[in-house]
Amino acid sequence: MSAMTEAPEPSRLLRRPSKETGFWSWVTTVDHKRIGILYFVTAFTFFVIAGIQALLIRVQLAGPDGQVLNADQYNQLFTMHGLTMIFLALMPLSAGFFNYVLPLQIGARDVAFPRLNALSYWVFLLGGIFIYSSIFLGGMPDGGWFNYAPLSSEVGPDPGNTDVYAGHASRMLFYSVGLQIVGLASLIQAVNMVTTILNMRAPGMRLMRMPVFTWMSLVTNFLLLFAIPIIAVALWQLMFDVRFDGRYFDPTQGGDPILWQHMFWLFGHPEVYILILPAFGIVSEVLPVFSRKPVFGYSALVFSGLAIAFLGFGVWAHHMFASGLGPVANSAFALTTMFIAVPTGVKIFNWLGTIWGGRIRFTTALMFALGLVAMFTIGGLSGVTHAIVPHNYQHTDTYYVVAHFHYVLFGGTMFGIFAGVYYWFPKMTGRMLGERIGKWHFWLTFIGFNLTFAPMHIVGLQGMPRRIDSYPAGYGWEFWNQVETWGSFIIAFSVLLFLINVVWSKRHGEIAGDDPWDARTIEWMTTSPPPQHDWDVVPEVTARDELWHRKYAVGRGRGVRVPAGASHDHAGPEDEGEHHPEHIHMPDRSFYPLIVALGIFVMGYGPFTGGALMWGIIATGIAILLFGAFGWAFEPTAEEEH
Amino acid sequence: MAEATTTTDGGGEPAGGGDHPAPSLGVSNEKLGMWVFLASECLFFGAFVAAYLIYMTSYGDSPEINPGTIYDIPFTSVSTFVLLMSSLGIVLALTGAQRGDERMMRTWLLATALMGAIFLSGQIYEFTVFIEEGMTLSTSPFTTSFYVLTGFHGVHVTVGVLMLLILWSRSLMGKLNHRRSEIVENVGLYWHFVDIVWIVIFTLIYLVPVE
Repeated sequence: MSAMTEAPEPSRLLRRPSKETGFWSWVTTVDHKRIGILYFVTAFTFFVIAGIQALLIRVQLAGPDGQVLNADQYNQLFTMHGLTMIFLALMPLSAGFFNYVLPLQIGARDVAFPRLNALSYWVFLLGGIFIYSSIFLGGMPDGGWFNYAPLSSEVGPDPGNTDVYAGHASRMLFYSVGLQIVGLASLIQAVNMVTTILNMRAPGMRLMRMPVFTWMSLVTNFLLLFAIPIIAVALWQLMFDVRFDGRYFDPTQGGDPILWQHMFWLFGHPEVYILILPAFGIVSEVLPVFSRKPVFGYSALVFSGLAIAFLGFGVWAHHMFASGLGPVANSAFALTTMFIAVPTGVKIFNWLGTIWGGRIRFTTALMFALGLVAMFTIGGLSGVTHAIVPHNYQHTDTYYVVAHFHYVLFGGTMFGIFAGVYYWFPKMTGRMLGERIGKWHFWLTFIGFNLTFAPMHIVGLQGMPRRIDSYPAGYGWEFWNQVETWGSFIIAFSVLLFLINVVWSKRHGEIAGDDPWDARTIEWMTTSPPPQHDWDVVPEVTARDELWHRKYAVGRGRGVRVPAGASHDHAGPEDEGEHHPEHIHMPDRSFYPLIVALGIFVMGYGPFTGGALMWGIIATGIAILLFGAFGWAFEPTAEEEH
Repeated sequence: MAEATTTTDGGGEPAGGGDHPAPSLGVSNEKLGMWVFLASECLFFGAFVAAYLIYMTSYGDSPEINPGTIYDIPFTSVSTFVLLMSSLGIVLALTGAQRGDERMMRTWLLATALMGAIFLSGQIYEFTVFIEEGMTLSTSPFTTSFYVLTGFHGVHVTVGVLMLLILWSRSLMGKLNHRRSEIVENVGLYWHFVDIVWIVIFTLIYLVPVE
């Protein structure tokens, strides 16, 4: 490209950073593997924070008339527990897998937009910091994670007392603006991941040859693409109402009092599948490998995932049966809600079919995967009970609902994520994650989890409401609440074991090798950990479970292992030509994603003030953003420098 | 740049520098990413439009401020015409880029940005007049949803104008030639999208009669 070489030497400001190690190499990284690790570390930090909040809640509720927290602190804690777990822990943990595993699994060298990838991480991190900065600025959001307007936007806790009222408005702003920023990160990630999966597959990897995890990631990111804009609109509306005296949710002026609920749940229900589908994908990778069988009913798994995503947008009003939509709407949404159990059930049977008759190796990863299948089934069944409208009227806003969604999100998503961590840790670090502590981790999590959440079904059916900061003695709730609190501390201990295991294994774990599990998919063909360019040679894919076919030659019956080194014999055209690693140019590091994210972060604080100061803060944020955007656009690309 | 890119199948441009396989769908990542992003934007505007449709007769305590009394349809039609003509402008800029006629490309990039700016000035003028007539964000759910919907469209036009100016200055620096015409095409996709959204908004807000 002669035109490029004639271009003037880029100024010092625009020269791209090149440090390979140390702090700044992580800040400026655009490598999908490093960004994946950043996602994991950050999200686990938020997971621990939200876990500590949960422990405080459980201590408060351990006995009747809890005195540890006052009502205001309690409201902030349960709100932030939900917000943090959903938006700052579970979603970004899935994003960690998207970033680290997915490009390897489809045989790509990188994601489609490496700098956007870094931007999505920094926006997520700064968004999390933004929400938590509310601790120092008038208190954390306290309206529950779904923050129903107009209760949250117009009324607030005490309209008579202007101080309390202003404080409430600021908390609602932290909710609306903070979630807006975090949601933006997810949207950027979704554009990137959808493009990556659709466009950067290795030669020969047709859609129906993609691993199930890749498929579920694709579906999840499509869900994000269509669900995030809806919550974004709702959050903007809330912000205009709270801060600029808008009238969206003001029933006294003709505003619709349940518009927020419709918009929130039109996002919120697909969000449930955004959280669970990546875990489904992980389990669909783990079960076949440790059962030594191909996944049972691949197409059924794929299409049931698509069906779940499609139906996920049609069931939102089952969160609103009690708000008085009328019998027609309630019946319609009861039906769609029951329909959605069908593809989910199909998946459960696929997994059972996968392990059926397999030669099972009981690794920690497999145990967590089986834990998901069992626990999610319980959560799914209690989910169907919500679809029955009269039953729903009875248990809405009780602990029965809390039990249900913890069985789905902890027993489902979190078990799946743990399975994924044990499964892919060798690929990420080159070392095995200790199996002995791992087994302890699993059993303690499993026992603690069931002790904590199973009794919630009982107290819920006994009528214990959600979101109460204390309860009087004599309703028969004391015993089970005490059991729940003990259970929650067992979970906390198991998480501590897990963290110790990760830190220890990272340094001293057994050396893994490229393919420690005798796996089936192509991410196990490259070295552990992979080189910066992922592959010396991008593999050509000829079959589903490509690696298995390479190791155990097709047509020779079961389990005849091809000698090591011979696996590339039939690899074909990929071995030809000049494919030396030094010819592979990966994108250079960049400061600009961080700068753009910082601009958004600064702008977010604008609405908290008024007048000139507000416009000053917003203008500063825009200036930083524009500086970052222009730098981004004019930054020399890798090929221009070579 | 190393020319050892493996364009084995699918055609199209290589995904990036160095040893990367060709894009699986035969279009570049940038173009696919833009389409994916625009798909998401449909939902964004769709939700705001839905809220407007719910509230277009909710006048609160100020029933005198309603679409029948407040809108200046001839004025908005003129600025709408300018915005729609700008879509022709970006097409001409793309033609210039593809032909390697950098002057043509630059001229039309600037002209498109100018037409976008004229539309924005019209919107600012319109908002000022409305506020003088007593229609503010907090007058009623109708006014809130009007300002926020059209305001967000204005923000999108502003972003588009900025992207056009970035392209224009890149071209001045000699960093945009016919081999890179696709970046003009992608910005054009965004620009067309913003125009199409305005057709929907203009029709629903200004042309559909309200009882």
